[in-house]
Parts: sequence; structure tokens; C-alpha cells
Amino acid sequence: MKKWKLAAGLCASVALPSAALATDLEVTHWWTSGGEAAAVAELAKAFDATGNHWVDGAIAGGGGTARPIMISRITGGDPMGATQFNHGQQAQELVEAGLMQDLTEVAERDHWKDIIYPPSLLDSCTLDGKIYCAPVNIHSPEWLWLSNKAYADAGIPVPTNWDEFVASAPALEAAGKIPLALGNQPWQSNLAFGAITIAIGGLDLWKQINVEKNMDAAAGPEMAKVFEAAANARKLAAKSTVQDWNQATNLVITGEAGGQIMGDWAQGEFAVAGQVAGKDYTCLPGLGVNEYISTGGDAFYFPKLKDPEKTKAQLELAALLVSKEVQVAFNLKKGSLPIRGDVDLSAANDCMKKGLGILAKGNIVPSGDQVWSADVQKQAEDLMVEFWKSDMSAADAQAKWVEILKSGL
Amino acid sequence: MATTKRPRNRMFRNINAKIAAIPMVLTTLVVFVGGTIWTVVYSFTNSKLLPKLKFVGFDQYERLWSNSRWLISIENLALFGVFSLIFTISVGFLLAVLMDQKIRFEDTFRTIMLYPFALSFVVTGLVWQWILNPSFGIQSIVRSLGWESFTFNPLENPNLVMYGLLIAGLWQGTGFVMCLLLAGLRGIDEDIWKATRVDGIPTWKTYVIVIIPMMRPVFITTLVLVAAGIIKLYDLVVAQTSGGPGNASQVPAMYVYDYMFQAQNLGQGFAASTMMLLSVLIVLIPWAYLEFGGKKHG
Repeated sequence: MKKWKLAAGLCASVALPSAALATDLEVTHWWTSGGEAAAVAELAKAFDATGNHWVDGAIAGGGGTARPIMISRITGGDPMGATQFNHGQQAQELVEAGLMQDLTEVAERDHWKDIIYPPSLLDSCTLDGKIYCAPVNIHSPEWLWLSNKAYADAGIPVPTNWDEFVASAPALEAAGKIPLALGNQPWQSNLAFGAITIAIGGLDLWKQINVEKNMDAAAGPEMAKVFEAAANARKLAAKSTVQDWNQATNLVITGEAGGQIMGDWAQGEFAVAGQVAGKDYTCLPGLGVNEYISTGGDAFYFPKLKDPEKTKAQLELAALLVSKEVQVAFNLKKGSLPIRGDVDLSAANDCMKKGLGILAKGNIVPSGDQVWSADVQKQAEDLMVEFWKSDMSAADAQAKWVEILKSGL
Repeated sequence: MATTKRPRNRMFRNINAKIAAIPMVLTTLVVFVGGTIWTVVYSFTNSKLLPKLKFVGFDQYERLWSNSRWLISIENLALFGVFSLIFTISVGFLLAVLMDQKIRFEDTFRTIMLYPFALSFVVTGLVWQWILNPSFGIQSIVRSLGWESFTFNPLENPNLVMYGLLIAGLWQGTGFVMCLLLAGLRGIDEDIWKATRVDGIPTWKTYVIVIIPMMRPVFITTLVLVAAGIIKLYDLVVAQTSGGPGNASQVPAMYVYDYMFQAQNLGQGFAASTMMLLSVLIVLIPWAYLEFGGKKHG
């Protein structure tokens, strides 16, 4: 008898939750650092308030670890309710294979076309006129973060642009500092190179190569200058031996390093360390030369599910992510820029306001994920990490880089 | 009865055992052989995120062999493999011989030697990453003892990083090799030792000309186990250096994973894994020949 009761109890425990909460939605993402988790909690709170239930599926280890897991779950027939990707080409094949939920209905009802700014964000979610993802934030990688303390120790003023930064390097080295902090992970080298490209080469060159895919420009003398500048920058980073980006940011926070080229997510680290923008650290978008930021960021995709109840919940979540309240609450916690221009972010700090200003002026470029496939991005990362950490000549690196871009045409 | 029994004699002998083996045979055929063939076939396609049967000939292989990261990986694997084979087997054998001298507390020593093998490569990699880290490992300890200019930082030096990995690999693997070879040494008949002693042959010479040739099967098994471990080297590198600095400590298995999943380029990943399979076969076929081919002669 006892056994039967136990078995019945077990069955009930399995059956009941699924019956009682039919609109559980598992959401996978790779936001696990302190500020990121707080931002996700805002999304979960808003979603739970609609009567549905947010089941958190955080995957630690960053996008490189999380994306393979997400993709194999979707292709392997065990899809989650919603999942984060960087908007761009990362999920394109999944959409093409018909594995993703079409959000056009919600997008048209809520007029996403009119409110999402810049429009390129929505373009990245669109395939054959249908919308498949809901963008949630903008992150731009083209920032130079400087330690005011390091420059005070060296007795020189804080640089206001990349050229001054390079010129100030010998003084920093004389004071026993690392001029440029750079983590060992491949994507960081690639990010730094991208930022230098826009700063040194300028926007026109960047667009010719990455948007119009002009390979002659990629192999040309303008780009050669960029490679020379990067070869110069790698000497400044030679003594930086840390692995993760936040360890490199920490070198800047403690004043051991002069600066770091990193995305605006670095702000979170400065905030956690209790530092104030302008007083303890200085941020230079576009490396202080060409004030452009690229509109990479995060978006949520919704795999197709069989249960119509869940599909309904998915559409509700999609509408919610783009709504004003959620955009403000989420982005203030995350330190990222909102995907619509009509929200009030007066609580933002100085660096975020600089970003908002650039965005309002329309000085934006598409992100690498938006213009190149993951395959090209990965190859470029492999090349860049080798280039930054060895003595490969600038000309060799450029030749290899052009080959990589050609593989993605 | 007799007529039906005779021709099927071999088929139906030990019928129970054969039925019991069917699931495993099927698993091997479908999962291993089937999966392998599938992978090789798709390595000739341009599959990206999802496998598609659109053949492109040897394009993936051409790209693979002109990729500098893959070439570095192969070089690293060759370097790691040669040193690792030489040192694990020679040091392992030396330890086994020492262990075989009827010493006191043999069990204790054996446990200590085998202990690193109980740790996974991930733990080994992290431990050695810390030991070799200049700011809190060997370098800082020696500097705190007074040698201010002492520098020992292999993991940050592209020319030395593979040796840093090698130290960790040897530390982890030698104990296991020692145990295998010790078992081999114990299998040598005591009478052979007595005979060589009567003949007045020095101990070292007995080892070289009598014992080692007699232990050939054990050595070959050890060689195959160590070699297979080297080819699939992955977790140690991921934990200890993540392939850095730059691409200086990349290995083929990391290339396969990165291109299949991060770069969403299955075709390229399959081509690389097919090359790895080929290298495993290069190791296995001579072994199978020596092990099974040799026995039939004898």
C-alpha cells in the first residue's frame, strides 16, 4: 500500500505543476555577472506580473559556451520558450530552417517599425519581411576606458583621444604601468581591432569593407595604416597577461594600467568598484577620434513550440520586452542603451549619456555580427589573437584578413 | 538432428552470449561506425549551422590545411605527443622499476604516484595554471625567498607554453603508466631473475636485454593508451591556457569544437575531426597489427 501511495504522490508531483502553470516559459541567456543578473530579474518580474511564469535558464560561461547549448537544444528537438542571441546572423539558419516563431503579428500591432531606433536593429530581426526576434538592448564595443589614477601617478593629463593615448604610453611605462590592458581571449583582440579600425580608418572605410564588401579597400593602403596602428598598439599591451575582460578592466580600475578598449559593459565593473565616471575613470566612445558606436546587442528569439498556450505566452513576452517600462528598468540595471529613443533615462551616468547622445545624433554603424557570419567572425578572432600576441607583421596580417573576409562573401 | 546441427554449428555455439552481445554490436555499428561515416560524408559538404548535403569536394580540407591556427595545432600536438610519449614511458618505467625493488611502504608510494591520475584534466590544468602563474606561483615564491630577478613564466611565453602544458600532462599521466608497467614487471617469472643472477648478468643489463623485450605487449598497450590520450588532448589546454597566448597552445580538438559550434561551420569542424580520426587510425593500425597479427604467427 505504502508503495502505491508513494508512486501516486510521485506521479502527482510530476503531473501537477505542468497542469497548474500551463504558461511556464523557460528563458535561456548568458547573463550571469552581478549587474546582468539584476537586469534579468527585472525582465522576470515584469513577465511574472502578466500571470505567466519566467523559468530562468541562465547558462554560465559567456556567449561562446551558451550558444552551442542553445542551438543544440533547438535543433535537437528540446526547444526552450525563449532564448537570447546577439542580433545579427547568429540565429539566421535556425530562422531559415523554420524553427523560430514568427513575431510579425505582435510587431505590427505594437508598431515596432516606428518605435525601434535605430531601425537597423529591427532589420537584423527580419527575414523575408517577417520579424523573428525582439531586440532588448544596444551594446557598443568602441570605447576606450582610462584610469585617471594611472595618469595622475605618471604626472600627465588624461588623454582625450587615441593619438594622445599612444603618445602618453612612454610616460606610463616609465611610471611602471601597463599602457593598454588586454585580455587573452580571442574576441577581445578582435574587438580592439574593430575599434581601432573605426578610429583610424574612419567610418567610410569601415562601411566600404564591411557593408559594401569592397575587398580592394580591405587590401588597400588605408587599411594598411589601421594594421600598422594595431601593430603599434600591441606593443603597449605586451605586458598585459590577464585572461578575462573583467580582469583587464580591473587593471584599469586599480590604476595598474592606463586604459582598455572594451565595450560599454565595462561600466558595470567600474560601478561595482564604486568608481565615478569623469572623476575616477574617463570614457572615450569611438576612442575619442570618430565618435561612432556600433549597434550590436542582445535580442530574444522564440523557438516554435507545439503548445498553443505557450505560443501565446511567447508573444506576450515579446511585446513586453520592447515596452517602455521594461526597457527603462532593464537597461538602467544593465548599463546598456535602450532600443527605442522615446524613453526617459535621466538616471543614466555620464558615460551612458555620452552613448545616448551619439545614438541620438545617428552616428551609428552596424555591428560585426550584423554584417558577417559567425564563421568569418571566428576566423577573424583567431587571426587577431595571433596578431596581437605575436610579432606577425602588419602586412601578413592584412593579407590573411582579406582572405578571411573573402570566405564570407 | 545431426544434419541440421552440423552446418550451423559455429553460428549457434554460445547462442546466449551472442544474443546478449547484440545490443552492444548494434550500438557500435550505429553509433560509432554510423556516426563516423556520417561525419566523414558531411565533411565534404558546406554545412554551416545545420547539416546540409551540398557537396563541395575537398574545399573544407583545403581551407583547413591553409589555416594557420590548424597548422599551429598540429605542430603543438606533435611536440606534445613526442615529448609526452618519451617522458611518460621512460619516467613511468623508471618509477615502476624502483617500485619493484621490494621496498617498504610500497602501497603508500604507489598511491602517491597514482594520485594525480585520479584528478581530471580540468583540475590538473587549473592547479598548474596557478602554480605557473607569475604573481602567485613558483616565480613569486622564489622571489619572496630573495632572488628578486627570478623569472619563470612559461604560460605567458608563446615559445614555452607547450612545455608548461607538458609538465602538467606528465604529472598527471606518469603514475598511470607506472602502474601498468609495474603490473607487467610483476608478471615476469621470478625464475628468470634467478637464472640471470646465476649467470652473473648485472641488473641493469637484465632489464634492458631480458625484461623489456619480454614486456613488449604491456609496452604496446601503454603506448596506444598514451597516444590515444594525446590525440584527444582538449580539457587540459582549455583549463590551463585556453589555447593562448595568442594561438600558441592550440590543439586540434579545440579547433574542431570552436568551428563546429562557435563558428557555426559544421563542414569545417567535420573536416578537422576526420583528420583527427585519420591520426588515430595511424596509431591504431600498427598496434592492431602487432598485437593480433603477431599472435597468430606465434
